[in-house]
Amino acid sequence: MTTIAEPRSRATRKTSRTNAEMIGWIFMRASGVLLVVLIFGHLITNLITNGGVHAIDFGFVAGKWAAPLWRVWDLLMLWLAMIHGTNGVRTIVNDYAEKTSTRLVLKSILVLAAVVVVVLGTLVIFTFDPCPPGAPADLLPSFCKA
Amino acid sequence: MAAAAPASTRPAGTLYRGREGMWSWVAHRVTGVAVFFFLLVHVLDTALVRVSPQAYNEVIGTYKNPIMGLGEAGLVAAIVFHALNGIRIVLVDFWSKGPKYQRLMLWVVVGLWVVLMAGFLPVQLVHTFRSH
Repeated sequence: MTTIAEPRSRATRKTSRTNAEMIGWIFMRASGVLLVVLIFGHLITNLITNGGVHAIDFGFVAGKWAAPLWRVWDLLMLWLAMIHGTNGVRTIVNDYAEKTSTRLVLKSILVLAAVVVVVLGTLVIFTFDPCPPGAPADLLPSFCKA
Repeated sequence: MAAAAPASTRPAGTLYRGREGMWSWVAHRVTGVAVFFFLLVHVLDTALVRVSPQAYNEVIGTYKNPIMGLGEAGLVAAIVFHALNGIRIVLVDFWSKGPKYQRLMLWVVVGLWVVLMAGFLPVQLVHTFRSH
């Protein structure tokens, strides 16, 4: 049987000094605005101005990442998009998975996948070698010959 | 089943049902999830640049067939809607007149989406179906 609280008693709610949900709410909006710029720039350079998806190959990526700007751009895009997307899917799991155990399993898979993808992507950006030894020269960017 | 459903499994509140407010929220969720799953795959395929130029070129080559070209058009359509509606959400939350104009702003989002897609689709279709 549920007991009803005394009239005018203060709602007792677990409060914490830092409000993680509010930080998440602000992050979604701040990262969202940045991602509009980052992703539109990414789509314009990769799908429109340089001949579209047909122009994309190893040499294209190596050419882009020769410029520090695009490495920073892609790193920022990776982290912001992954945290933004993971937090969004977390919200959806919380909304639709009714059982506590289901929520726990789904969110564990989600966080695991997100960590793997962010770590892998970050390592790739930082350890990329535009001229890997032994690779066919015609697949490499032109500056490898020098 | 409907009559016997316990109170806790019934949907809460009916104030926010229907019309532009709800449908933009639904579309924002659907496009967000779609873009997120593409993002997971896209980081993995890009990671192949660290394996070998051949491996990367082979997998990125699958993005160049016409079916994937149409998929990319759908992906861009989802991203552009999510981006524009996201700006609308920021305006609803932070602009004092945002809530008042939320409905109008959705139609501005739809209009901008149509204009941007009308600009992008011909370029994408030419890139997709150009002989190479």
